[in-house]
Amino acid sequence: MHSLTAEDQANLESLQKQIDGFPKSRGQLIPLLQMAQKIMGYLPDEALSLVADYLSIARSEVYGVASFYNQFRFNPPGRNPVKVCMGTACHVRGGEIILENFERKLEIKEGETTADREFSIERVACVGCCALAPVALVGDTLHGHMQPSKVEGLVLRVQLEKEKAAREAAKS
Amino acid sequence: MSGDVKTQVQTAYQALVDDAVAQKAQFDESPLPKIHIGMATCGIASGALETQAAFEEALADRGVEALVHTVGCFGHCYAEPVVIIDHPDSGFPPILYPEVTPGKAKMLVKLFLEEGDPRFEHIMGATVENEMIPSVTEFSRFNREKRVIMDRCGRIDPEKIHEYIADGGYGALVAALGDAPEAILDVIEASGLRGRGGAGFPTAIKWRAARDAAGADKLIICNADEGDPGAYMDRTLLESNPHQVIEGMLLAALAVGAKQGLFYVRAEYPLAVRILTLAVEQARESGLLGDNILGSGFSFDIDLFQGSGAFVCGEETALIRSVEGFRGMPRHRPPYPVERGLDGRPTVINNVKTLATVPTIVEKGADWFRSIGTADSPGTAVFSVVGNVTHPGLVEIPMGVTLRELIFDICGGIPNKKAFKAVQIGGPSGGCLSDEFLDTPVDFDALTRAGAMMGSGGMVVMDEDACMVDVSRYFLDFTQKESCGKCTFCRIGTRHLLDILRRLTRGEGREGDIEQLETLSRAVKKGSLCGLGKTAPNPVLTSIAYFRDEYEAHIKEGRCPGRSCRALTAFYIDLDKCARGCDACVGCCPVEAVFTTSNRKKGIDQELCVKCGECMVACPPEYDAVVKISPAHLVPIIERPPEKKG
Repeated sequence: MHSLTAEDQANLESLQKQIDGFPKSRGQLIPLLQMAQKIMGYLPDEALSLVADYLSIARSEVYGVASFYNQFRFNPPGRNPVKVCMGTACHVRGGEIILENFERKLEIKEGETTADREFSIERVACVGCCALAPVALVGDTLHGHMQPSKVEGLVLRVQLEKEKAAREAAKS
Repeated sequence: MSGDVKTQVQTAYQALVDDAVAQKAQFDESPLPKIHIGMATCGIASGALETQAAFEEALADRGVEALVHTVGCFGHCYAEPVVIIDHPDSGFPPILYPEVTPGKAKMLVKLFLEEGDPRFEHIMGATVENEMIPSVTEFSRFNREKRVIMDRCGRIDPEKIHEYIADGGYGALVAALGDAPEAILDVIEASGLRGRGGAGFPTAIKWRAARDAAGADKLIICNADEGDPGAYMDRTLLESNPHQVIEGMLLAALAVGAKQGLFYVRAEYPLAVRILTLAVEQARESGLLGDNILGSGFSFDIDLFQGSGAFVCGEETALIRSVEGFRGMPRHRPPYPVERGLDGRPTVINNVKTLATVPTIVEKGADWFRSIGTADSPGTAVFSVVGNVTHPGLVEIPMGVTLRELIFDICGGIPNKKAFKAVQIGGPSGGCLSDEFLDTPVDFDALTRAGAMMGSGGMVVMDEDACMVDVSRYFLDFTQKESCGKCTFCRIGTRHLLDILRRLTRGEGREGDIEQLETLSRAVKKGSLCGLGKTAPNPVLTSIAYFRDEYEAHIKEGRCPGRSCRALTAFYIDLDKCARGCDACVGCCPVEAVFTTSNRKKGIDQELCVKCGECMVACPPEYDAVVKISPAHLVPIIERPPEKKG
């Protein structure tokens, strides 16, 4: 269970403000959950409660709907979310091996976030560029024709960039 | 409708056309070179944004003037990012360049735009017939296609309504606005159009039922909840030509008497959502959506709902539940949604491709549509052909073309000199067909007879290295996760099917497993309410029917014929081929399982090996020393030398 950070708290307050404009009808439940996730990055219990109370729907019911759909996540995403495509074409070309390599390298399972919130791993249905299979996204950047050795490089690249940014921040 | 109103509609439309043609002429008649870049999700994924930036940067740096024009997707995914350069001053026809990286973009600006050399080595072909450069229409990938739905994809900018209007867009709507709704129903019925969402239900019957249903507050929903892994034609269509779908919805609304429309689009398609939102706004501004459309007295508007990603929501009653704010669980039919749909209103739900076909039928007539395809399945089919095939991408073909023509002639066959093994059609609901079915024509009924189905149009080609048991496991894994849990047979049956298939891929198969899979599959088909459960066992049943020997090899010999199930395969290094000095395999291994023996040759520690196959890729082709073998126990053991001390 991740506890709320200061940033999460601020987001929660902003969600509280924006929710007020919405009509209080059942049909708004999914759009509201989508908005909550857009603001928060994920759906912590606090956000679910907020939506449930606003629409006067039981929290268990709201959780029931949210957990039914693949779009909603209950763990905070990492700053570099890794999404590994598990579409049919990627599967045929070894997508599962790529997923496993990310899991091994980052020491988390899919659906989880590293303790420092740097990385998270997700499997996604189909990114829609099957010609580049197997495919993985790190942040918003898509990497095609993935290989196990490229996994290591990608993780390393993120770490190096972070160190570089830290050095430059220290300089200035 | 009176003649006056009809004239008024014509006048209002003509004003839009004049304006659109003028705007387009300004672009077309410009003497500057034009650079068209394919910019749908697949293009962007392949780096089209970087390519566009590179073009713009190079043009600015070198002071070259040219117009950059972003268009939708051509469907040629293997060649993305695709760029067409039209440089009239050079004397060359418009030229199509595949795989234009930023570097290539900069080079083309300098050498082609500035110096007039089109760099023949990078050309795929000219887009028109000419005497200088071979044209792309000489490739079967281009000339064997028949584009009805995707005709404008990749030609127009989806973010500019005038490009659609200048190309004749919304003309079918205007023609129909004067007629009785019955006329639209008649032409759709005569055309024999069948729903492109997979089941192939006649569109006219659905529309008539909705028209006859009681209740004035009718609704048209465009189902763009494309959840099938490996299919993306709906997304491409929405991203490349949204107005054609909007026009189709307007015609459907006219025919059934609806005032409201809804796009149900997956939230995972952010670009499609953005482009659709923009398209609806532009249509509203042009008076093509909203109250009193073009002064005709007919009113219709469209909302957008973002689906949250549940495969079952492709089923119409589940989709409705999801819009209402509940878990997307299907319900019994009847009543059908055309009688009682969203909030109890009569609701027509059509697939994106069905709606996109409607304007062309209304424009060109039922006879024209019937002249394409087969008698029972008129028109075209759009497939996303992916997997082990040379030219993957979106292909639109007339119904009735055989699988062999589609896979081998149009999409270039199997790469890397491998043999064809199977083609999986229709995603998780479809089936795997073996080579004996290659001469099956592609239409709704022939595919269903063979045990597959048209489905949403996903087609995955597999070569000799694919394992049919593993492919079944993959699809069951998907349907099991996506089962909504309402029907016991689907909820628990798919779970058991998956458990058995998992055991088989781990080499723990037992006598009688195949028979149990078959019994259970039939039970799940019978005991499920909606299409998801009814079709979920199809991949299992078809692969047992056509590849039973593979199941038997897994159970009896612990052998995976495709050498794909990792528990049943092992890697070793052929010491006669290993080149000693090279350390490629040692360096690439993610788990340090490859070691060096005392005579500088390499060995693989079977305890550590995760069977990712990386060493096999890394081993230089001239040695080709890494061998994959199944069953795993046949692997020759090479002892790891003891660690040196100190």
